[in-house]
Amino acid sequence: MSVEAREARQPWILLSPALTAVGLLLFVPLMFIVVYSFWLRSAAGADQVGFFLDNWQEALSDAFYRDILLNTLKIAGITTIVCALMGYPSAYFIARSKGNKPVLLLLLMLPFWISYIIRTMSWINILGVSGALNSLLMTIGIINEPIQMLYNETTVILGLVHFLLPFMILNVFVSLDGIDTNLESAANSLGATKWQSFLQVTLPLSLPGLAAGGLLCFVLGAGTYITPMVLGGPRDAMFANLVYEAIITQLNWPLGSALSLMLLVVLGALVMLYNRYLGMAQLMKGLG
Amino acid sequence: MSSVHLKNIVKRFGTFTAVHKTSLEIPEGAFVTLLGPSGCGKTTNLRMIAGLLDPTEGEILIGGKRVNEVPIHKRNLGIVFQSYALFPHKTVAENVAFGLKYRDVSKTEITERVQSALDLVQLPDVGARYPKELSGGQQQRIALARSIVINPDVLLLDEPLSALDANLREDMRVELKRIQDQIGVTTVFVTHDQSEALALSDQIVVMSAGRVEQVGTPEEVYNKPTSEFVANFLGASNILSARCTGKTAETVTLDVPLFGTVPVPADKAALIDGEGPVKLVLRAEKLLLTPRGTDIGDANTAEATVETVDYQGQTVRYFVRSGDTQLQAINMIDGHPFAEGDSVTLAFRPKDCAALPEG
Repeated sequence: MSVEAREARQPWILLSPALTAVGLLLFVPLMFIVVYSFWLRSAAGADQVGFFLDNWQEALSDAFYRDILLNTLKIAGITTIVCALMGYPSAYFIARSKGNKPVLLLLLMLPFWISYIIRTMSWINILGVSGALNSLLMTIGIINEPIQMLYNETTVILGLVHFLLPFMILNVFVSLDGIDTNLESAANSLGATKWQSFLQVTLPLSLPGLAAGGLLCFVLGAGTYITPMVLGGPRDAMFANLVYEAIITQLNWPLGSALSLMLLVVLGALVMLYNRYLGMAQLMKGLG
Repeated sequence: MSSVHLKNIVKRFGTFTAVHKTSLEIPEGAFVTLLGPSGCGKTTNLRMIAGLLDPTEGEILIGGKRVNEVPIHKRNLGIVFQSYALFPHKTVAENVAFGLKYRDVSKTEITERVQSALDLVQLPDVGARYPKELSGGQQQRIALARSIVINPDVLLLDEPLSALDANLREDMRVELKRIQDQIGVTTVFVTHDQSEALALSDQIVVMSAGRVEQVGTPEEVYNKPTSEFVANFLGASNILSARCTGKTAETVTLDVPLFGTVPVPADKAALIDGEGPVKLVLRAEKLLLTPRGTDIGDANTAEATVETVDYQGQTVRYFVRSGDTQLQAINMIDGHPFAEGDSVTLAFRPKDCAALPEG
């Protein structure tokens, strides 16, 4: 075999383990889901094999699903914005800290050593009726009765921010860390104040990281069902909870399949729009 | 355009002293090079002048005014970095115009001044392109244009040529000199490359381990080094132990093992105060190899054997051994170079030597 032919094959050889995994564990099951979504669950409890549009009709026409979908996107959106506002300064601090960068990055990774569910449930011990915060407020006499702080939209967002913030910080950190610090020095020497050079140079150059972090937070946030389950009230269900409900509780796989595909398509469409209109490709071009 | 004056500057990082008490005067319009190996404090000095670092002690004056407390964005300096530091998300024209936006300059004047700066660096047509579409040498020209378009009081160049490959570096060197001559701005140039320093500078400040070793014109530091470090750092030198046996107004007479009596011109032995042990500085290119038995006239000679031949095209570098002493010689090639093992006669003229005190 010629050198060229070997080199042409090499990427495929290197990719094959990943491609196999993605194919068998993601693509094939996804196709099952697609097929399932056209089956029908009969009153008797058995799945009726065939090509029925009933699930899709229900999922697309029922205002209940639409409202929850919109609410899901809203919660994910707010979470993303909060993560960006809280994450950027932290990422900037880590990127600009000289000696202790590895320690700070390790600290950032630390929460991942604990299960996401445990981390989410820890909020119950903090915000619950007999949790740490209520006990503290009652001890120092600010309140007499414990306040109901849990099980609302705010706590869902709080839980999501807690879960997603490290992803945002990491993405922003990576892009900030790659910026030559001389760029800011150059901008300062040309007459820009620290703030001006940040706005003119550092911020635009870190946008790809911010955009990537934002996308990740949004998609992960919009697809979660554990946080609203643990920290949300009955009215704070997110779309993934509906899928969970349909499949795990009602054992209605066909409807659950249709709903999960619906979420997939909506999120996929948003990602594509995002890519196109936030001009990530354009930004990357400028950066080379 | 302004003079720069460092007064008793000290810079410490924690317990490490990067710059020991240094005073330096850079006259208005001069091209001054801070030359030294990495870690000698030259870049630290430059960054203190720039306002990127605060001196631990001492005063920095630009144009006679103390600037220690003036933040970098108010110092009106042009800085060119080794890494170019062009803004990758802005076009070349936007890069060059950057500093003008923070000055009271009208839009039409910005356009004009950007264009004339691009003309000055001989890249008039690249304004609409992005930095990464240009070669390294072109990017460095743009960085230079960006720093001079604001009419800086002082131009600071931090190893601007070091990232370029050898041929380009020489072109840029010539270019840099032309531009500096043309605009006449006070320039502080930091480099570890002695040939850049010798070619460009009005004054060279040779630094080592945070201290100034010698200040002088290129010819002075090259021909009359005042320390062993300077003699070795600017070109290759042979440093031989010798003994001073007499001193007059014109010559200082040295007794050198192998070569006998060497009358060194007094201006190249200014630091020798009398008889005693001294060092003879003999530049590698002043030590000539000749076939054994050649009559060279008014020169000191010694017999030696060629040990290593380092062929470089135009020139050849020899390591020769005479007794226990290894010497280095760089000669132009006339015909064929000598081969390893050849017996040769070494020769040099006393007036090409310099003398330094022992230690």
